[in-house]
Amino acid sequence: MTIGAGELSVRGHPAGDGKKRQGKAVSTVSQHRLPNGLSILLREVHSAPVISWWLAYRIGSRNEPTGQTGISHWVEHMMFKGTPLFPAGSLDRAIDRAGGQWNAFTSMDATKYFETLPAEQIDLAMRAEADRMVNASFAPEAVESERTVIISERQGAENQPTFWLQEALHAAAFRVHGYHHEIIGDETDLRRMTRDELYQHYVAHYVPANAAVIAVGAFDTAQLLARIEQLFGGLPARGAPELFARPEPVQQGQRRVIVQRPGETAFLKLCHKVPAATDGDWFKLNVLNAILSGSGGASGNKTSRLYRALVKTEIAASAGGWLTPTVDPYLYSILVTLREGRSPEEAESVLLQEIARLQADGISAEELQKARKQAKAAFAYSTESVTEQAHWLAQSFILGELDWFERYAERLMAVSAADVQEVACRYLQPELRTVGILEPTGTGENGGTGA
Amino acid sequence: MTANSIPHAGNILQRHMDNGITLLAYENAAVQSVNIVGSLQAGSIYEPPGQSGLASMLAGALMTGSERRDFDEMHSALENIGADLSFSAQSHKLVFAAKSLAEDLGTIIALANEALREPAFPLQHIERLRGERLTWLQYRQYDTRSRAARAMREALYPPEHPYHHSSAGKERSIAALTRDDLCAFHQSHVGPRGMILVIVGAVQAEAALDMAEAAFGEWRLPQQSAPLTVAAPPPRSGRERQIVHVPGKTQSDICMATVGPARQAEDYLAAQLANSVLGEFGMMGRIGKTVREEQGLAYYAYSRVGGGNGPKPWHISAGVNPDNVERAIESCIAQLERISGVAVSAEELGDNQSYFTGRMPLRLERNEGIAGQIHAMQSFGLGLDYLAGYAEQVRAISAEDVLQAAQRYLRLPELVVAVAGPHASKSGLPG
Repeated sequence: MTIGAGELSVRGHPAGDGKKRQGKAVSTVSQHRLPNGLSILLREVHSAPVISWWLAYRIGSRNEPTGQTGISHWVEHMMFKGTPLFPAGSLDRAIDRAGGQWNAFTSMDATKYFETLPAEQIDLAMRAEADRMVNASFAPEAVESERTVIISERQGAENQPTFWLQEALHAAAFRVHGYHHEIIGDETDLRRMTRDELYQHYVAHYVPANAAVIAVGAFDTAQLLARIEQLFGGLPARGAPELFARPEPVQQGQRRVIVQRPGETAFLKLCHKVPAATDGDWFKLNVLNAILSGSGGASGNKTSRLYRALVKTEIAASAGGWLTPTVDPYLYSILVTLREGRSPEEAESVLLQEIARLQADGISAEELQKARKQAKAAFAYSTESVTEQAHWLAQSFILGELDWFERYAERLMAVSAADVQEVACRYLQPELRTVGILEPTGTGENGGTGA
Repeated sequence: MTANSIPHAGNILQRHMDNGITLLAYENAAVQSVNIVGSLQAGSIYEPPGQSGLASMLAGALMTGSERRDFDEMHSALENIGADLSFSAQSHKLVFAAKSLAEDLGTIIALANEALREPAFPLQHIERLRGERLTWLQYRQYDTRSRAARAMREALYPPEHPYHHSSAGKERSIAALTRDDLCAFHQSHVGPRGMILVIVGAVQAEAALDMAEAAFGEWRLPQQSAPLTVAAPPPRSGRERQIVHVPGKTQSDICMATVGPARQAEDYLAAQLANSVLGEFGMMGRIGKTVREEQGLAYYAYSRVGGGNGPKPWHISAGVNPDNVERAIESCIAQLERISGVAVSAEELGDNQSYFTGRMPLRLERNEGIAGQIHAMQSFGLGLDYLAGYAEQVRAISAEDVLQAAQRYLRLPELVVAVAGPHASKSGLPG
């Protein structure tokens, strides 16, 4: 594997034009498209005898109308409940027997399935995904059994106070856009939705023209491509579905939410609306975040501005920010865990001072240099496994820029100190801000232990 | 890693230094980075009575400054190159992990060396660290999963047993620790004898070990305490149930356990196979099949063997609606009775053996996975050819071996069941 920050190059080549298997091997990723609209991204990596195989669908919680919140995630669960060819449990068994991993993720923008297997076993994953793209059973009793599993998943999340804060923040920041509800969905919808609604959602969105297959690992591209065509080429072309989407109107001023939950720990979350991940400014904001809160890692980013302003001063136990690569404009979030006796308002005041400093004075050359080196290292770490590489290629498809991942490090490296100051001024403004505070309501009757 | 290769005695470079440190290196040219995994005999079992959390506090305090660099200099040296170095305390070991781009290996070795041998324990930073730990412990007080696990552990091991206490400590003990306590623990336990250091990545193995030897070769700690072992607690007189009420929650967590095998136990692999059938294989094994797939009671319901250097718990964990707690517990107990009462079928055994041997390439795909496996081979005395002979060992285990391991450890009369969550209402989930 030779992938690296300095070695990536721009290889813009959007997925094919509809001609049969019109493809071109570009850089280390070869891109193709079948006549039925299925996109294909392949990268050979021969460092280990494994292949990661992904199927990504452009359907996520952002495309769900009120009343059907959580439907994409529930459909994802149903994809593990069997088809006539692979009854429930048979793939769990077959993939574990092969020593593989498989899982699926539903995000705001996408539903992704993957299998990572010893290379000689990959045909199993390919057959399974081709089959369940069209043949998932959605047996009524399996739908009902999964309803309670998903409600249990939501209730498990509710046990974390920060889940309630996030849910309230999303609802406040997005009044119209589908980012306003959680991926898991509202409990009332989870209790009400019918098997037929789930099945319709599946039929409408699980079509080749709304999907991409991605493989990274130890294979021969020509051979794998031929097998993909054999398995997926015959699936009916039904055209890409029209996705339910409602753009968020421009925010008119700062919004604030307060959530109260039992406990003793207060949290502050400060969110600003930022552009989609394909916008050049998103990369500038990424560098901004590296300087404000660090680029991640177990050591805790203890030289970052937020650590120095909030943790070192003993206002907070931790403070960190992050950006999520999304299809539509979303949020840059900063979460602060308060220490006992310190108030969220105090932390907010310090945070706003740090933002004002960034806007007024910009960043130093040393800070920029550090952010670049961190980006290079983080990129190297995050592409060590074929599963991670395939995940990022799948995400590139979802974002609609097939070279998004390949250009990622290059675009970060191109960010200047002036760029960082400019996006700080443009986006970290009160009228784009939503502030959330989690107020702990104390001990109550906590702690009773009895035999 | 090259195709079809696995780390073995022939391709892992090993050096035993005369101060008791074992150095190991493995080249992985497929990446740009390098990882270090290391351990010392300074885990929480070495803590004096009443000082639970001391080893963990020490682990955090090692990164607050050394005799050569203050806090900011230490972290700048790491963060300026996008590297990571962190220490944590397990029950038997003080462990550390580091990673960097391959070109920066020298920097992370130097920092690990300083942090371990010359910590300054600056008072101001110790106080801050204490405050952060207390905030975290307070938060955990309201976490049902953490509370259920703690109640299980405290019931399974009597107060005088080292595993009774969490490595993280308790609010009371953390609040009382002093800088002198940290210094004393450091001087008695953080030493070279028994230390293991594994380097894996895009580096030349010989050069990597030279670097590590130059850094750690002169280290001596004559007063280093003798290594401790931990025996299993005495058999329990009966089954026990612990209930922890955590208000304001919508879900209850169940944690049930018996005392499991140490990693070095002869029947460890047989126990792992039994566990895989019970609560791991496929969608969380037999437990997942009944509790999640058939009854829809839980999003997660699985079992794990703790392993490690001593008799850690073999536990089942599940998150369920409060109204379904009893049903879930009964289902899990039925599966415990089955796995320890009836031999697994040849088909199940074959499935799980195949799972164990087949997953190895994936575990060895990343630097840290390789480093972890090499560290385990050394730490548990398995021999550096353990992975090479692993498949054969797994295939040699019979259904009778699996049954005997389940019967030896999953003793139902000694089962501890802990539940943490809100009071049950009758308005919970349907069905």
